[in-house]
Amino acid sequence: MTLTGAIQQLVLSQAAPAAAAPMQTSLGSPTFMSILFFFIIVSVTLIITYWAAKKTKTSSEFYAAGRSVSALQNGFALAGDYMSAASFLGISGMCALKGYDGMIYATGWLVGWPALMFLVGEPLRNLGKFTFADVVAFRLQQKPVRIAAAIGGVLTVLTYTIAQMVGAGTLIKLMFGLPYEVAELIVGIVMLAYVLFGGMIATTWVQIIKAGLLLFGVSLLFILVLSNFSFNPGNLYAEVVKQYGQKALEPGGLVTSPLEAVSLGLALMFGLLGLPHILMRFYTVPDAKAARKSVFYATGLIGYFYIIIPIVGFGASVLVGRQFITAIDKGGNMASPLIAELLGGKAFIGFIAAVAFATILAVVAGLTLAGASAYSHDIYVNVLKGGHATEEEQVKAAKMATIFFGIAAVGLGILFKGQNVAYMVGLTFAVAASANFPALLMSIVWKKFTTWGAVWSIIIGTFTSLGMIILSPTVWVDVFKNAAPIIPLKNPAIFSMSAAFLAGWLVSLAKPEADAQAKFEEEKLRTYLGVGAE
Amino acid sequence: MANTAVRPIHKGEGTGKSVHELIESPDFKALVKKRWSVSMTLLALLFVSYYGFILLIAEAKDFVSQKIGEVTTLAIPLGVAAIVAAWALTAFYVVWANKSYDPEVERLKAQLLKR
Repeated sequence: MTLTGAIQQLVLSQAAPAAAAPMQTSLGSPTFMSILFFFIIVSVTLIITYWAAKKTKTSSEFYAAGRSVSALQNGFALAGDYMSAASFLGISGMCALKGYDGMIYATGWLVGWPALMFLVGEPLRNLGKFTFADVVAFRLQQKPVRIAAAIGGVLTVLTYTIAQMVGAGTLIKLMFGLPYEVAELIVGIVMLAYVLFGGMIATTWVQIIKAGLLLFGVSLLFILVLSNFSFNPGNLYAEVVKQYGQKALEPGGLVTSPLEAVSLGLALMFGLLGLPHILMRFYTVPDAKAARKSVFYATGLIGYFYIIIPIVGFGASVLVGRQFITAIDKGGNMASPLIAELLGGKAFIGFIAAVAFATILAVVAGLTLAGASAYSHDIYVNVLKGGHATEEEQVKAAKMATIFFGIAAVGLGILFKGQNVAYMVGLTFAVAASANFPALLMSIVWKKFTTWGAVWSIIIGTFTSLGMIILSPTVWVDVFKNAAPIIPLKNPAIFSMSAAFLAGWLVSLAKPEADAQAKFEEEKLRTYLGVGAE
Repeated sequence: MANTAVRPIHKGEGTGKSVHELIESPDFKALVKKRWSVSMTLLALLFVSYYGFILLIAEAKDFVSQKIGEVTTLAIPLGVAAIVAAWALTAFYVVWANKSYDPEVERLKAQLLKR
């Protein structure tokens, strides 16, 4: 069957009345449709990779797609890089099981984007070449700053990758019935093919396609759900209240302590500004104006996604039923696939499962490219080679680092099998907000910022956030099974980020760096006017 | 490249500024100041809308739980509004930067002594 045929079938099938739970599900075993859609997506993306490979010769093409990505394309790619399977399956599941709290959770994931635009978007594009460390090290001593920035960068990328890979194995097992290790290997191999051969050009297109498919799939789900309630959300809410009580539409236990809420908000907001795989995408557009516009597009796409996804979750809770959703997966992650099957049959659940798979591939590919560049560009080229490496050496180092990172991703995914990795995403955002963001911002705006100020800011930010999370309830109690946490706060960003700013400020003031101050004029010219930008 | 050696000399270009002169010029300083005051104002509005929403949820549960329809609570449109506000702020910044910032950048760049 062709793709259009499948879509036609699924549009027609919406006419069938939605049966109340219990229902039958094909989840957990590979169906013809899910495999078909999976192969279509993988084939198309691999063909693009083949095409991209021919255009990927230089380091600028490998890391930054030759800076030829348009603002709209980059907007889609940023959305594709950011919207993970966790936000797609997790937020709809949370709305299905906990009601309104899922919506609160969704808003938090968007607020970083405007901050990214206002604070670092354009300067990043004007000052850097391939990584955020380029910006931090712009007028500072290369070696110490690059090494420190690579530590912060690799740590954020690795923890995020572990969360993605463990989630991938679990989800693919749930949806396709494949063994966990096989799922890890498939993700690892396909993703490596994209990055290794097609570099940033292939990764960009994989992310664009994934964002398009995800937004299309969820929009269709949204319409199908509302069609059961005569396109009036009020009717849907009324049914939610009928089944689960008014409480489902009121805030529940997600936000209790204001300190916790503010700290989580800071981590989500400024963590985005320290995520290497997101920051890296800014180098793919031609100039600062395109960088700015791409954030506008990305914010619109991601915001739209977070506005419609709760409706899908609420729809699943009343049409599929909470009981059935939790019977398939306790965390509620299968709410979206189940409502897709109920309203669109096997074709639609196959499509949604394949889209979830593509989602994981696109995010992990972006992470791998960022992880590889932290080693190959920051450490190999700028520290070991002192900034003098030939194009050939640079591309070779990037590819070696990609292979190494890909193997590490699969290995860590298998190593962490069955572990509670819920804290990993929180850890990623806390470290990104504390280790990477303060040094990045201070290097852009503060004349007196010094090499050792940057190094200490990154080190203090990394270890404060890491230490505080290990001692917090999420790791100390949930993972290490201790009775009580040493630090009661779950989200350390408010303290660890402040500590990093303070460290950078004090160390810089203690020992001024004349060289760095002298180069600030050159940096300002480039930051604000884009003169000399790559 | 052949054209690097020869630079056409236009009348009136002799007033070109060095990097130092340009960075220290009132126009450049005004541009930088304006850029940060616009983005800081927008960031403050982002804080107000997002944290306002979160703190309402945390501290004024009864207020956000009031019904605005048959069953629909006020919390639902508030959540949607928090998302729309974030996007609207980025839209504002893009419009401002395209209309005011970029032309000023071009004007200042033209004043720079050719290097």
